[in-house]
Parts: sequence; structure tokens; C-alpha cells
Amino acid sequence: MPDKKNFDRDSISNTLLVAIGLSLVCSVIVSSAAIVLKPVQEKNEEEFRQQIILDVAGLMQPGGNTEELFAAIEPRMVDLESGEYTEEVDAATFDALLAAGDPQLGIAIPSDKDIAGIGRRAKYAAVYIVRDGAKIDQVILPVYGKGLWSTMLGYLSLAPDGNTIKGLRFYAHAETPGLGDQIDKEPWRAQWAGKLVYDGGDEPQIRVIKGVVPAAAPDARYMIDGLSGATLTANGVTGLVQYWTGPHGFGPYLKKFRQTETS
Amino acid sequence: MNGARKVLIDPLVDNNPITLQMLGICSALAVTTSLLPALLMCLALTSVAALSGAAISALRHRIPNNIRIIVHMTIIASLVILVDQLLKAYAFETSKQLSVFVGLIITNCIVLGRAEAFAMKNGVVMSFLDGLGNGLGYSVILIAVATLRELFGAGTLLGYPVLDLVSNGGWYEANGLMLLPPSAFFIIGLLIWGIRTWRTQQVEKPDYQIHEVHRTEVY
Repeated sequence: MPDKKNFDRDSISNTLLVAIGLSLVCSVIVSSAAIVLKPVQEKNEEEFRQQIILDVAGLMQPGGNTEELFAAIEPRMVDLESGEYTEEVDAATFDALLAAGDPQLGIAIPSDKDIAGIGRRAKYAAVYIVRDGAKIDQVILPVYGKGLWSTMLGYLSLAPDGNTIKGLRFYAHAETPGLGDQIDKEPWRAQWAGKLVYDGGDEPQIRVIKGVVPAAAPDARYMIDGLSGATLTANGVTGLVQYWTGPHGFGPYLKKFRQTETS
Repeated sequence: MNGARKVLIDPLVDNNPITLQMLGICSALAVTTSLLPALLMCLALTSVAALSGAAISALRHRIPNNIRIIVHMTIIASLVILVDQLLKAYAFETSKQLSVFVGLIITNCIVLGRAEAFAMKNGVVMSFLDGLGNGLGYSVILIAVATLRELFGAGTLLGYPVLDLVSNGGWYEANGLMLLPPSAFFIIGLLIWGIRTWRTQQVEKPDYQIHEVHRTEVY
């Protein structure tokens, strides 16, 4: 206890002492909480990611066990350049973001092609195939790219024609609450169902426009309503969907996928 | 003991942070669309208010005047991060719904106001009770607003159906306005009206009086 008579709490030494001492104590508390709770949080994040995959596939049942439902989905690794399935890496342990930074597993994206703003990507990607009996019902592709503040990570589900979108959902992003975070909220995300990615060619045409899509427009099926107050986030969504469905992303894979599924 | 009782009970109605002091309205609008996130938000704010009050009070003879607000903010921010981490670990889905609003407890006027107005001048136990009381006062209003909004906006309470919705073949047509932020304004306004009719001492004197002027007085 400081001597009350001679103790000057406004002195420079006490100010420094309190400032440094408090910062130390608080930082220890905060960082130890973060470290201790990390495993539980990561488990939650992983379960949430699986729930998003199930949800974008339309397989999520209220009260259903995520792990059991997720077991019905078949993860496959794809070599993005050739578009072929590969067994080189294990889909269960593959981390696309980690692999992108790895000199062996990742490649740099030429800046003119980097419309998603991610710099590097992994050579392989995990796709999730949902079957209805023996037939493929849909294929779910991981997509990510830069928004306004953050890297937005999500899943895009396509019908067996490799063109019709079934849904797009994001499981991690840090876009502006109330504006940019509408990308993963109803009713905006519901618009994606039924839209088309390609217009016959290899270049994806799907995009988020400014304002509302005119219903009479001939290419209305390639357009998504803009988000007012979140133009940069919306542009980021356009960029990431076009990159990952484009020739440098899943383009070669989807081309083969369409051929095998339609023949 | 009477003092402790007063410090704890007073903020519930007589000195309620939301309806009398008009603090913390932002989060009261944002997290009250359904009851579960509102309950978690109440728990988060009450624990931060009580613990920060106790911590600041324990240090009150040490805290230099010129950096006292920064010291308060540091203590409050650390507690808020702690609460946020705990929610992310043990109430993951609801914490997603609360999004930024747990983080925004740092800037909640109730917490900082009690730190500056009460904890800097009173003992540890009293400051703890004061934070607890103010947190509970905030909670009472939040829970009332969230109950009304979820019940009439979605026909459910804590996710369980209470009113049969027309969309499910029932009789109740959900009131979509209740799920939008303006409805919280209406409900809080009506609550304030109700409380001030009941406790007339809360009615404020008008800031100015409308005064009948005779023509002769003007000229």
C-alpha cells in the first residue's frame, strides 16, 4: 500500500508504472484466454464450415447432426490446371490458404488474371460432390477473394450442368456489419439460386451489378442485384466468383465436368 | 447493507440506464430481434460492467488522473475481449448473431459511465454491485423488448413456437415490423411512457415554458 501522505498518483513515475503494469496484466489475460480457448473455437469454426457446405447443398436439416450429414458428401481433390481429379493430397487435411503460400503446393497468380485479389492460390482444390443415388446432384466449389476489408471465404454450389448456380454462401468474412455482411444474409444470397455462370463460352458472365437487375433484361440470369452501401464488397464477390469459375480457377475442371455429366 | 441494496435495486426501474439515462440504446435496438442473443448480450454486458467496476475501484487510488479514461478503456476492453472469446468458444452460433455488438460493449456508455461516475469514488464491493445493478437494469429492458419483438415478429420465444403462424396453418400473421430496428424504438418509447406514468418523479421538467405574451409586453 503506498504511503498516502507522500504518494502522488499524478507523478510521471506512477503514471508510467500504472500504464505499463496495466498493459502487461491485461495483455497476459487476453492472450492466455485466446490461447486456452483456441482449440474449442477452431472446432466450432470447422463445424460451421461444414454446416455452410451442407446448407449451400440444401442438405442441412434443423437439429441434424452435422458430422453425420457431412459424411454423405464426397470430397475430391482437383488439380486446377489440368481439371482432373487427383489423389496427390488428402482432401480431409487439405488447407487451401496454407497451401497457397507453400512454394511446392502454391502458385502465384499473374496480376492481370487476379480478379479475386488473392495473389497466390494452391495448385489443388477440394471440391465436394453431392450424389443423388448414383447420379451427381451438385458439385460444391470453394471460392474466396478480397472484399473491402477482408478475405471472404465461401462455397459455390453448381448443378450437374456445371453452369446453373444452386447457391453461394460465405462462412468467413469481416465485411461491414449491416452493409457488406449482407452477402451472407437473406434475401440477397437467395438470388443466386437459378442464375447461370457461363453464356456458352469459357469466360464466366455472372456478376453483381449496381442497382436492381431489370427483370426484362435478356441477360438477367447472369446478374445479381447490387448491395447499396457495399459496392466494394459486391465487386469483391463478382471478382471471386468470376476468378474461381474462370479459366485460371475451376474452368478446366468444370469443362470436363460438363462433358462427362451431359454425355 | 441498505446502501448496497439501493445500489443494486435502484438501476432496475428508478434509475434505469436505458429508460431514464437514455444510454446503451444502440445495442438495445440491434440485438433484440430475438430473445437468445439478447440474453447473451445482457450476460456479457452485466459481467463486464460488474467486473470492470470492481477492477477500477480496486485501482482507484493508484490511477493517475490524466490517463484515467485510457486505464478504464484498457480494463473494459480486456474484459470485453475475454467475454467475446468465451462466447466464440461456448456459444458460437449466437455469437455470430451478436457479431460486432459484443465488441461494442467497450464503447457502451453504461459501462464507461459507471466506471467514471461510481467506481472511481466507491469501494470494490459497492462498485461491483453498482455495475451488476446497472447491467441488470439494462437487461430488464433488453429482455422485455426482445420478448415482445420475437413473440410478435416471429411468433416464437427462444426459438420455440408460441403463436401459430399463418404460414404454418395457424392464426397469427407475423408482424414483420417487429423484426426491424424501428420497432425497438417504438417499444422503448412506450416503456418509457409506461414507467413515467407509474413513477411520476421521473417526468422531466420542460426545458422551456410556453408563455402567453400580451401585445403590450412585446412593444
